[in-house]
Amino acid sequence: MSPAIELIAINKSFGAVHANKDVNLSVERGTIHGIVGENGAGKSTLMSILYGFYEADSGEIRVNGNPIAIRSPNDAIRAGIGMVHQHFMLVEPLSVVDNVMLGAEGGAMLRAGEAKVRAELARLARDYGLEIDVDATVGDLSVGLQQRVEILKALYRGADILILDEPTAVLTPPEADALFGLLRSLKEQGKTVILITHKLREIMAITDRVSVMRRGEMVATLKTASTSPPELAELMVGRRVLLRVEKAEKVPGAPLLEVENLSVVDARGVLRVANASFTVRAGEIVGIAGVAGNGQSELLEAIAGMRRPSLGSIRLEGKTIHSSEHNPHRMRELGLLHVPEDRLRMGLVPAFPAFESAILGFSHEPHLGRGPILDHDRLIADLAKKMEQYDVRPPAPRLKSSKFSGGNQQKIVLAREIERNPKVLLVGQPTRGVDIGAIEFIHRRLIALRDAGVAILLVSVELDEIMNLSDRILTMCGGKITGERKAAETNEQDLGLLMAGVTDEAA
Amino acid sequence: MSAPLDLPKWADTVLVPAISVVAAFLVAGLVVLAIGENPLTATRYLLQGSLGTGEGLGFTLFYMTDFIFVGLAVAVAYHAGLFNIGGEGQATLAGLGIALVLNNLTFLPGFLLIPLGILGAAAFGAAWAAVPGYLQAKRGSHIVITTIMFNWLASVLIVYLLVNVLREPQSMNPETRAFPEQSYIPFMHDVFAAFGVEIPTSQLNLTLVLALAASYFVWLLIYRSRLGYAIRVVGSNPTAAVYAGISPARIIIIAMVLSGALAGGLAVNELMGYQHRLLLEFTSGYGFVGIAVALMGRAHPVGIILASLLFGILYQGGAELAFEQPAITRDMVVVIGGIIILFAGALDGLFRRAVAHLFARQKLARA
Repeated sequence: MSPAIELIAINKSFGAVHANKDVNLSVERGTIHGIVGENGAGKSTLMSILYGFYEADSGEIRVNGNPIAIRSPNDAIRAGIGMVHQHFMLVEPLSVVDNVMLGAEGGAMLRAGEAKVRAELARLARDYGLEIDVDATVGDLSVGLQQRVEILKALYRGADILILDEPTAVLTPPEADALFGLLRSLKEQGKTVILITHKLREIMAITDRVSVMRRGEMVATLKTASTSPPELAELMVGRRVLLRVEKAEKVPGAPLLEVENLSVVDARGVLRVANASFTVRAGEIVGIAGVAGNGQSELLEAIAGMRRPSLGSIRLEGKTIHSSEHNPHRMRELGLLHVPEDRLRMGLVPAFPAFESAILGFSHEPHLGRGPILDHDRLIADLAKKMEQYDVRPPAPRLKSSKFSGGNQQKIVLAREIERNPKVLLVGQPTRGVDIGAIEFIHRRLIALRDAGVAILLVSVELDEIMNLSDRILTMCGGKITGERKAAETNEQDLGLLMAGVTDEAA
Repeated sequence: MSAPLDLPKWADTVLVPAISVVAAFLVAGLVVLAIGENPLTATRYLLQGSLGTGEGLGFTLFYMTDFIFVGLAVAVAYHAGLFNIGGEGQATLAGLGIALVLNNLTFLPGFLLIPLGILGAAAFGAAWAAVPGYLQAKRGSHIVITTIMFNWLASVLIVYLLVNVLREPQSMNPETRAFPEQSYIPFMHDVFAAFGVEIPTSQLNLTLVLALAASYFVWLLIYRSRLGYAIRVVGSNPTAAVYAGISPARIIIIAMVLSGALAGGLAVNELMGYQHRLLLEFTSGYGFVGIAVALMGRAHPVGIILASLLFGILYQGGAELAFEQPAITRDMVVVIGGIIILFAGALDGLFRRAVAHLFARQKLARA
């Protein structure tokens, strides 16, 4: 039996960037095949070629043994390839039926097409357990169900081969489990699944085989059963990495950050954070676990002074912050620094040279220049030094901030904040879009800070990261803090339930 | 992921605009051909009229002075993410400021009049821009809409004032009486004559030096100062500004104030340097040319000086051309100017992309 997909010697360049170098990939029919690699390793490019977004510069694509040309997503769909994007391509105000029908209406009038969609959706629900309220408005569905709509769209178009790009990034652990169950049942029905992810745990849990990409090349394809996360990590990075940074037990000191009954209402009047109260002590990392969009971002921004809390108070080193001084500028002066969740929108200015991004938030500091004028030579020299300490590559302070990889951008931001000796450090998604090698580095830095007595509040959607770094873990769901655990006394299932809103009282 | 548009700095700031200009002239040449004139002759008249004679050069540099000020005005706002198309109105009000200062403070010692007149221009221009700035910052009223409306307000206000309030009673012309003579900014030919150098007579005056100084000041402000840093953060990434503790509202108002003050330079050049009175429509639409100049100069002072020179050549040379070849009317010259704006502004991306591809391919070939 010929493989479902064969990619042979695929090459693709963007300008000077060789995104795919002689890539070969063979995916057996009826299997779940994982593709892992760091950001920029070429996974997305490869899948985009397979799905017809890009055309390869050279190379051959075979589907079920037949060489075919895929010049557009339409060609891919005709060849039985479907794709579920990380960011959903759904029209939120429309119903499930409308979304599935969109682009496949089958004529000028909708009635016939709609009947067909309804029949087909009923069949898919029966065959694969893909139950869904077909008349629900997509915008009202949970993220997990929206993803299900995306899968239904692909299956409705006759997909035999399903590509999923980082499908669990937006899901709670229980939702992710449900997705994996679904993928298994698709596999049993003979469908082929390609899963792109950077979470090695998922690779181990669900795939049959796994391919590793590094710097545009396919470095290995392995049977999942005969490999291990450390081996995969090493293949991805090209050297040995520690997936888990060790940290010593430590008794935390005095409370440095105390948040009491904090509530945040956003510009549209929606309650984003409801009555949050917690304390972070010196030499302690408190992690906030939660699925993206459950109020963590707003909580961080409110503490940092970027948003005005509608209720509640914040104490720094025991002193209540008056609302007149609760702004980012003053909070920095008081020793509360902030590594923001979104590097590109907040942490730096992509269009600026790195040395200018490296003073974002501190451009008023007297020692950075003379009077109203900034001393560029000094800024450049300062950053050059930090780049060496933090191993930023390339060590080029004048390079545009947007030209650095995610990990190196994050190091620039981290260096800026850490070097100013914070008392309290807010850290949002420190390793989002950061390669494994840099993750290890960043984690070590954060733990070193903790050991030096800094109070760290860590927000991350990566449960592994939270469990790895935190001393204590809070969970958030729907803007509320739903639970608190000592990191040593909890596990993923426990946290997953809390993140899904099943509180201690209810349980 | 789109193909990266990476260009060396010289290609970005010189090569691409140069290609745009050449392409614009080629298309304009076709237009000239279409109305039955010889494009080469036309080009000769254009260049000779603007650069070929001392007098022509003087006029070219006079226009260039105007364009530098309005170009800088647009650029400063642009760096804060604002599209200030109210240069026309701001310059008009600056003219009013000049007239009020110079014709009312005549009791002061004469040497104070020039600096005070310039300050009056800057203050009135700034105030006229501050209102749309405030409305944008605090009320979210779109700056493009409000500055357009303020252009109209300025133009009717000045007509009302010149007809009903400021006109000399015995004069039939809607203009103020002449400014006191000590307030005239010296003509360049007089300055040179004082050093015994004879240059042809033209409207060109020392305001050009002020314009070049303003260019340096704007460069220093935008690219080297803490305030300019904040302005660029707000313009390029407003969320990052909030994160950094920079208040976008405050910066927007400051940038508009600076922008309006710079637009006032147009009034200084035209009124204190040449007309020596306030009259109607002295801005001649140059406030809008400033948009093209700033776009073409990529909002960088050096680029703005070069673009201003180009538009100076076009305005002076165009006038000569219309005179020498009646088939090419002033309107035709406006068309040619429009073609350049189209190519340098709107179609700029076209050439940039192509050039970037060429560079990428070359790099690849070398690698």
